Amino acid sequence: MAILALENLSKSFGALKVADDVSFTLEEGEALGIIGPNGAGKSSLFNLINGNLRVDSGRILFDGADVTRQPPMARCLAGIGRTFQIPQPFQQLTVFENLLVAAAYGARKTEREVSDRCADILVATGLIARANQPAGSLGLLQRKRLELARALATDPRVLLLDEIAGGLTEAECGELVETIRSIHARGTAIIWVEHVLHALNSVVSRLLVLNFGKVIGIGRPAEIMESQAVRQIYLGIDV
Amino acid sequence: MTHETLSSSSSQAPAAASAWTVTTRNRASSVAALLIVAVLLAGIAAPLFASRSVLQDLFFILTMLTLAQCWNLLAGYAGLVSVGQQAFVGFGAYVMAASVALGGFDPVVAILFGGLAAMLLSVPTALFVFRLHGAYFAIGTWVIAEVVRLLLAQWKALGGGTGTSLPTGVARELPGVRLVADWFGVRPAQAADMVYYWLALLLACAAIGFAYRLLRSKQGLGLAAVRDNGQAARAVGIDPNRIRFAVYLAAAFVTGLAGALIYLQKARISPDAAFSVTDWTAYVIFIVVIGGIGTIEGPIIGVVVFFILRNLFADYGSWYLLVLGLLGIAIMLFAPRGLWGLFTERTGIQLFPVRRILAGGPLTKTIKGGPHG
Repeated sequence: MAILALENLSKSFGALKVADDVSFTLEEGEALGIIGPNGAGKSSLFNLINGNLRVDSGRILFDGADVTRQPPMARCLAGIGRTFQIPQPFQQLTVFENLLVAAAYGARKTEREVSDRCADILVATGLIARANQPAGSLGLLQRKRLELARALATDPRVLLLDEIAGGLTEAECGELVETIRSIHARGTAIIWVEHVLHALNSVVSRLLVLNFGKVIGIGRPAEIMESQAVRQIYLGIDV
Repeated sequence: MTHETLSSSSSQAPAAASAWTVTTRNRASSVAALLIVAVLLAGIAAPLFASRSVLQDLFFILTMLTLAQCWNLLAGYAGLVSVGQQAFVGFGAYVMAASVALGGFDPVVAILFGGLAAMLLSVPTALFVFRLHGAYFAIGTWVIAEVVRLLLAQWKALGGGTGTSLPTGVARELPGVRLVADWFGVRPAQAADMVYYWLALLLACAAIGFAYRLLRSKQGLGLAAVRDNGQAARAVGIDPNRIRFAVYLAAAFVTGLAGALIYLQKARISPDAAFSVTDWTAYVIFIVVIGGIGTIEGPIIGVVVFFILRNLFADYGSWYLLVLGLLGIAIMLFAPRGLWGLFTERTGIQLFPVRRILAGGPLTKTIKGGPHG
């Protein structure tokens, strides 16, 4: 059964359509990649799914329940976790406290119940040495890891990753892929928006292509990369 | 990035994983705890050796400290910069006065009524001002305070615009006054000052204790997250409005209690004094800003500095306000975290630590890992 289903989702800002009749489903435990040129509406789609933006029309079903009108905090509690493309840490809290607050609220537990799990996530995401530093003192790469770690702390069933590999070196990217794979292996469904295609394709089993808010294609990565429309629009190759 | 699997991080962490410990304590704070207990004991015993005028000064300091802690909670932690807290001081005071003068209630019960009434008033107030943000929120709270002042100035039974005095003998009806007078062999007027002082001490300690408990709780962490980044807070399941609303209500309750106690001690109330933006908000903001906004220690330092300045310059009229203003501006420019901020940056000492420090065996072992750590 689909854990997440989008039905005819539309959203526009004035004349600009960021989502134009978008429909797709995500199976439980699936990993789906989203690609598309800049401004295609990828981040906006995440904002619609997690409730930061309100849809103009269409429905969002999470685990069979309609969450279209629910605010972001309710969707987080239901099991939708996300990272932000531009990291949004809680600056004055430490790295550990960033996870603690996310886990305590996002999973409705006490601080004591979640502190061990938060520490384990810090180990797994390579942030443990920075646990007691204020998040505001981190560099960009660490901030990106913190985004991932904090989203994991909410114990999501669907994890939305927004360009988390952007700006990483080859080696760092490889480590990140390993981490995301192990998250996926635990059964967490993932939607990953990314420009770094080889990283994306080594994790996801399906790709969705977005352009001007429209779904251009969805299918197995190899098929998608071969399709004419995608090459034309996304890769800018004139055929 | 270490390639540990996430197996142990599934929601039920096994007991073996609990090699981690989380603490908010540090060495300085243990010493500080002793210091606080000593100050508290001295505070409780103060009426036994302090003169009446000193007790009245201490009463002023403690009630201003209570108001400052409330405003600090709003502005320093919840990001709600209110300039309308005088609404709750005045409303609490008026409800107390009405309960005593018209209802004939016991003064201590009347103080509680004052606090509860202020909290009730804060509900419709919040529904209005929470639609506003930043400067508009500030102005909105001020407007509401003026509206409440103008409404209460119409209350003829309590003297309308000129105000009224509480019935003589109210002080003697305070619970414990006769007992204190008998025990210490003092006149009832002095015994009343002692009881007012103890009530103010109790209230200030309760306000500090409440703020500290809140900040150490899950809600306090949520509040800090909301202050730092509202959008990210919502994304991890925190409802910013609910948490701000709760803080706003609690601050109104304690502010109302303080207002009621202040005017019970003054024994005279008028709309202009009880809803004074200078006395109950501007001075309070000054106290918090020079002491250090967003810390519990800041208002304590701030109120002492404020009291000293007030005594030094009170005879110079408008020069006094000028000096306060200039000092406030200087602190904001050169030490935006206040006097306590300056001190704690250099020494690292915190009397009321809230930071959750993660420690434990695995931490020391994994520290060297990570090629880009």
